[in-house]
Amino acid sequence: MPVLDRLAMLTSTLYNKAAESGVHTYGRWPMTESRLRVSKIEEITQVEFIDRNILDEANIQAISDEISGLIEQASAPQLLINFANVDHLSSAALGALITINNKTNEKNGTLRLANIDPQIYEVFVITRLNKLFNIHETLNEAMEQFNTATS
Amino acid sequence: MGDPHTRIPDSETISLLNDRQAINELIERILALSVDAGLKEAAIFAVRLAIEEAITNAFVHGHQDLGSDVPVIVEYKVSNGEIQVAIEDQGPGFIPDKLPDPTLIENLSKPFGRGVMLMKAYMTEVLYNAQGNRVIMKYKAS
Repeated sequence: MPVLDRLAMLTSTLYNKAAESGVHTYGRWPMTESRLRVSKIEEITQVEFIDRNILDEANIQAISDEISGLIEQASAPQLLINFANVDHLSSAALGALITINNKTNEKNGTLRLANIDPQIYEVFVITRLNKLFNIHETLNEAMEQFNTATS
Repeated sequence: MGDPHTRIPDSETISLLNDRQAINELIERILALSVDAGLKEAAIFAVRLAIEEAITNAFVHGHQDLGSDVPVIVEYKVSNGEIQVAIEDQGPGFIPDKLPDPTLIENLSKPFGRGVMLMKAYMTEVLYNAQGNRVIMKYKAS
């Protein structure tokens, strides 16, 4: 097998093994810097933003791709997005969240958003997106809802 | 009431390229002036969001058939408790009144279409010129 193909296969295997054991890998080959802190709490994947500034179009696309990758890896993704550190966002960021919500639903998973600062939450209310998303005040509340749903 | 067809009197004018750093610097400059003029956190949040949306619309929609190096003109004037910003693109324009309502149930799962709605929700006044390639927004602290 050609060297590059072997290398790609090895990277892919390592990537999948890491994901299975809950370790976050920093992007696919070639390596790109992660903009997310990903952790696993039982079956739930929690995502936090490293960068306060999630307005940049390129950033939003990268974040969206990263989260899409997480959704693809799971059969019925249980995804929690923690909005701590987010103090502003744009309609493009909302669009990315909608796409993530749509993808999660398509796989019969659940997306919950938590820890949203009141000013940011106001944007969800004004756009009526508070009716589309599962939004929780605290992480605990969100976790409780995940556990209730699966019992 | 501002006139979207004329320049904002005594305003700063900038030719803005579609570069995230330049856009951030411009927004931060306008916000810094706004803070100096006494605007509070809620107002700063509103102005940042509205300007971000207007600039995005200008480049993404206004300039969609133009080269990525075509600039957008931004005028701004900050005075006591009032911010005026005008954003003009070099595209063919559009009809804002024909935009679908993004808050309708059938539109909620669509990942686009909220920019103008947010501008109007957060600014005191939003006016487009007849062609639709220039918008003037005003925030007035109550």
